[in-house]
Amino acid sequence: MTAAARPAPAQAARPMITFQNTSIELGGKVIVENLNFTVRQGEFVCIIGASGCGKTTALRLAAGLYQPSQGAVTFDGKPMQAPRRDIAIIFQDYGKALLPWRTASGNVSLALEAAGVPKGKRVARITELLDKVGLPDHGKYPAEMSGGMQQRLQIARCLAQDPVALLMDEPFGALDAMTRQGLQDEVLSLVAASGATVLFVTHDLEEAIYLGDRVIGLLAHPGRIGIEVKVDLPRPRDQLTTREHPEFLRLRRELFDFIKFAES
Amino acid sequence: MPSAETWKGLALPVVLIVAGEIAGRMANLTDIDSLAPPSSILLAFIEAVRDGSVLTTTRDTLFTAFTGLAIGGAVGLLIGILLGVLPAADRLMEVSIESIRPIPSIAILPIVLIALGFGYRLEIAIISFACMWPLLILTRAAVRGVEPRLMEVSRALRLSPAARVFKIVIPAALPRIFVAFRLAAGIALIVSVTVEIAINPLGLGHALMVAQQALRPDLMLAYLVWLGIVGWGLNALLLLAQNRLFGRAASVEDVR
Repeated sequence: MTAAARPAPAQAARPMITFQNTSIELGGKVIVENLNFTVRQGEFVCIIGASGCGKTTALRLAAGLYQPSQGAVTFDGKPMQAPRRDIAIIFQDYGKALLPWRTASGNVSLALEAAGVPKGKRVARITELLDKVGLPDHGKYPAEMSGGMQQRLQIARCLAQDPVALLMDEPFGALDAMTRQGLQDEVLSLVAASGATVLFVTHDLEEAIYLGDRVIGLLAHPGRIGIEVKVDLPRPRDQLTTREHPEFLRLRRELFDFIKFAES
Repeated sequence: MPSAETWKGLALPVVLIVAGEIAGRMANLTDIDSLAPPSSILLAFIEAVRDGSVLTTTRDTLFTAFTGLAIGGAVGLLIGILLGVLPAADRLMEVSIESIRPIPSIAILPIVLIALGFGYRLEIAIISFACMWPLLILTRAAVRGVEPRLMEVSRALRLSPAARVFKIVIPAALPRIFVAFRLAAGIALIVSVTVEIAINPLGLGHALMVAQQALRPDLMLAYLVWLGIVGWGLNALLLLAQNRLFGRAASVEDVR
């Protein structure tokens, strides 16, 4: 599967996810401080940083799972006070995020049930979604699937939400390199097809450059923006040519230096 | 088909029964009111089956045990889920629960006797009280132990509170709740026989006491053995149900 082409988001595109002077304190500790950035409609933004720098916290703020202590997080102009059904979250620990007592179909069905889709309409939609993510065996339980298949299932469940935005928290961190590359391309083509806005957290620099339109690097203690780079690489991207592109290598060096600086 | 190991396990009881029979025939047991040879126990049991008393008493004991289990279990389950889901309610109830729970269930017998008198209701009330606690405590723990990530998924999907309980919390906690139910079923049988032996004129416990007072050690021992069989059968049945219902869920828990 190759990543399909999609129009580069125009600078004029509508702001979807906006952080305005956002800070959050958890357990008396400031986790992220004064975050200011905007993800525009259809944009793919990656957040990188060393572990413990608050990148997952930032994602959870965007999801509405946390509320900021100061500043604001808005979605499509409205403040995020609680999670929304048109924002899908993909967790890193797919094994814990799936219902072990439900089959693949049942897990996808949960999102449709939550949205109040009538029973008769669910089956066709489930079949379509599972086929889309490449899971032919709809009757399997999560425990009978490989890690890659479980993560595909979680992606299918998120797509069942018909999301306007996808928030992905190191979704491929626990997968082997081959599976990861395959899923990267599939996510790119799924996102291109749906036009969804994506905020993607990862600790893998190359993954961030490969996927993103923009990469934001966080500094730790407290989490704050240390670097922001635009990724001017042609789409559709390709595991070989994109990763050999001089611009890719330049960005890789720039971000590598940043991480080294951030950790020093 | 029982394996060779099962047969080996049967060897000791068989030897003991045969030894008991031989010893019973050699000694003069008529002077002793507490013992009888296995053959007389078996004959007394057959007689009690014939005259219907085994059936009636077993029915009474199991009826009170199951009714008490159903009532107490349902109440415990409901409160357990509630306290597990709502930490505020849990804090509110904690002192009350922890002060009532240590009361041995049989100790409420005098009060219940005054309120309800002898009969089924007396026994059912005490069994309900006894069965409520394991369900309440273990359900609360099971609900609290539900994978936090699943609760986040339910938040992200904006499931209604009812859907959260029925689609996430209860299925996730069910294997552990069933273990609590098995525990409570054992307690139900123990408490029902205890109440019958202590005071209530019905069921297997009462039959046991009547046989003892009639100086019929053979019949008394027959009821004792029968109680063992009933308890064993009940547990085997519940274990089978557990494996049937939660075989997959249980194995998933083990993998974790």
